[in-house]
Amino acid sequence: MTKHAFPILILSGALALSACAGKKDVLPAESWQAAPAPAETPIDQPGTVPPVEQVAPTTLSGLQADLVANAGADTVYFGFDSYGLDEAARAVLGAQAEWLVRNASVRANIEGHTDERGTREYNLALGERRANAAKNFLAAQGVDSGRLSVISFGKERPAVDGSNEDAWARNRRAVTIVVSGGR
Amino acid sequence: MKPKLMALLLLAAPFIGLQPAAAQLRVDITRGTEAPMPIAVPSFPTGASVATPAGTTADLGRQVAGIISANLQGSGLFRPLGAGAFPAPGMADVQQPQFGAFRTAAAQALVTGFVTANPNGTLTIGCYLYDVFSEEELMRQGFTVTPAGWRRAAHKCSDAVYSRLTGESGYFDSRIVYVAESGPRTQRVKRLAIMDQDGANHRFLTSGQSLVLMPRFSPVSETISYMSFANDRPRVWLYNIGTGQQEAVGTFDSMSFAGRFSSDGRTLLMSVTRSGNADIYAYDVASRRSTRLTSSNSIDTSPSFSPDGKRIVFESDRGGAQQLYVMNADGTGTQRISFGEGRAGSPVWSPRGDLIAFTRIVGGKFRIAVIRPDGSGERLLTDSWQDEGPSWSPNGRVIIFSRTERNGRTTLRSIDLTGRNDRRIPTPLDASDPAWGPLLR
Repeated sequence: MTKHAFPILILSGALALSACAGKKDVLPAESWQAAPAPAETPIDQPGTVPPVEQVAPTTLSGLQADLVANAGADTVYFGFDSYGLDEAARAVLGAQAEWLVRNASVRANIEGHTDERGTREYNLALGERRANAAKNFLAAQGVDSGRLSVISFGKERPAVDGSNEDAWARNRRAVTIVVSGGR
Repeated sequence: MKPKLMALLLLAAPFIGLQPAAAQLRVDITRGTEAPMPIAVPSFPTGASVATPAGTTADLGRQVAGIISANLQGSGLFRPLGAGAFPAPGMADVQQPQFGAFRTAAAQALVTGFVTANPNGTLTIGCYLYDVFSEEELMRQGFTVTPAGWRRAAHKCSDAVYSRLTGESGYFDSRIVYVAESGPRTQRVKRLAIMDQDGANHRFLTSGQSLVLMPRFSPVSETISYMSFANDRPRVWLYNIGTGQQEAVGTFDSMSFAGRFSSDGRTLLMSVTRSGNADIYAYDVASRRSTRLTSSNSIDTSPSFSPDGKRIVFESDRGGAQQLYVMNADGTGTQRISFGEGRAGSPVWSPRGDLIAFTRIVGGKFRIAVIRPDGSGERLLTDSWQDEGPSWSPNGRVIIFSRTERNGRTTLRSIDLTGRNDRRIPTPLDASDPAWGPLLR
C-alpha cells in the first residue's frame, strides 16, 4: 500500500498547482475532488518516500516470496552442459519440496535455462532436462507430480547479462515459480 | 502485395545455341574471390522517361543497374565497375554496345538492358549480357512486370547473369525469414521478420508479444514453420504468410521445436520432448499425423532431410556429446558422421545434396563448417566467437547464419563455400535464426 503513496501525492500536488494557475477548466471536476488533500505531508520531505527495500519484494507474489523465505531460494544452479543436481541444489530443492508439501493447494512451474554457450536447439533440450531434473527430485520428495509443470527457455532468458564465466554460471539454472494459490 | 511477375522471353532464340561458343568467359565458383570478374553494369536506358507509380523509367533504369551491381558484388565472384567509368548507354547501345569504352574500363563482361513503360501500365525490363572482348551476346531475357515488381526483375536479371557466367542456378530472387531482436539480453523481444535477399521489402510478421524462434520456409508454398512460446506452450506453428493463417503443429503435451520441411514441403521434421528427452518426429502436413523416428535416451534434435527425402541428418548427444548422425527417413540405419575435435550441432543438408552445413564448437569458438554426408571433407568456413544456425541459399553455394558478439549484439551474415566472402546482411534491428527461402516463381 505504501508503494502508491508517493505517486498519488505528486499527482494531487500537480493538480493543485494547475488549479492555482487558473487552468482549472481543463481538468475534469471529479479528478480534482477525488484527489486527497496534500496539505499535511509535503512531498519534498524525505520521510514520505518509501525506502527502496520495501518496494522491491512486492514484485514477487506473496506465495513466491514465502517459498523463497522458507526454502532459501527458488533457483538451483547447474554445471556446464550438465543437468545433474549437486549437493547445494538438492538441499534447496529438498526445502522447496517441504514447502510445497505444506502448501498443498499451490501448483509450481519449473523453468529450465542454459547459458549462451550452446546452439539454440540443443539449449532448449538441455533446459528441458534441467527443469525435469528439478521436477523429478521434488516428486521424489513427496510432491505430487501432477502439481508440477516444466518449461524450457533454453538460452533465451538469461538471469544475468554478460558473456563471462560468472554470468554463465548464474544463467545455468532451474527456477521454481509458484503459478497459482488455492482457496 | 506479391507482385505479379510474368516472365517474357524477348527473342529468346538467339542465346540458346550460344553456350559452347562463349565457354571462355566463365567464373569458376569453386575458386572464390581470388580474382573477381570485372563486369560493367551501366544504368539501363529508357526511350523517353515516363512516370510510373514506382518512379520514372529513367530513375528505375539507374536503380535496376544498382541492384544488379550489388547482387553480383555480394556474390564475391564479380567486381562491378561504376557507371562513371564509361558513357551512359542509350537505347540503341543496348543491342549494339560500344565495346571499346568497356574494354578501356577493363570490363570483361557487360550487363545492359532497358526499362520501358507499356500502354497497359506494366513495365518491360530487358536484360542483356555480353562478352566485352569477343563482343558476343551471351544471354538476353525480358521481364514484363507491374511497377511494384521492378525489383524482382532486377533480381531475375542478376540470376540470369550469374547463371550464364557460373553455370550454376542463381539465388538473388529469393527471400529470407529471420528473428528480429531488440531490448536487453535478459528480456529480449523477438519478432519474426521477412525481407528480400538483399534486405529490401522488410516487414515484421509477429508483434513481439510472444518469444519466437527458428523460422523455416516451406520450399514449395507461402508457409513458414516456427517455434512460439505463445500461452507458455512452446511449440512449432505453421504460418501462411500469404493469408496470415496460423496453425499449431500436432497435439503434443510437451515442447516441440526445431521444425524443418522436406524439399517437397509435405513433411515437417521436428523435435518433441518427453520427460526431458528430445526425440525426432516426422509430421505429415496434409494428414496432420506424426511418426516418432528416434527413441534414444538422449537429446536428438535439428533434423534436416536430404533433398531426395531419403535420409535425415540430425544432432544427438547419445555418444556423450553433441555430434552429427545420418539415418534413413524411416529412422533406421543411423550412423555417426562427425568425429573431429569438439562438438557439432544444427546440421542442415544442402539443396544440392553434396554437403551438410553445421555449427562446429571447438576451442571456445562456434564456427560454421561443412562436411560431406559420409563424414569426409570437413571444412571450417568462419572464425568468430559465436556463429551458429546455418541455412543454405537456394543454389547451395552460399550459407547465411547468425553471429553473436560477446556484447550480446546479434547479426546475420553470409559466407560462400570458399570461406572467403564473409558478409554482413543488413537488418534494421539485431537479428538471428535466418532461413533462406526458395527461388521465387
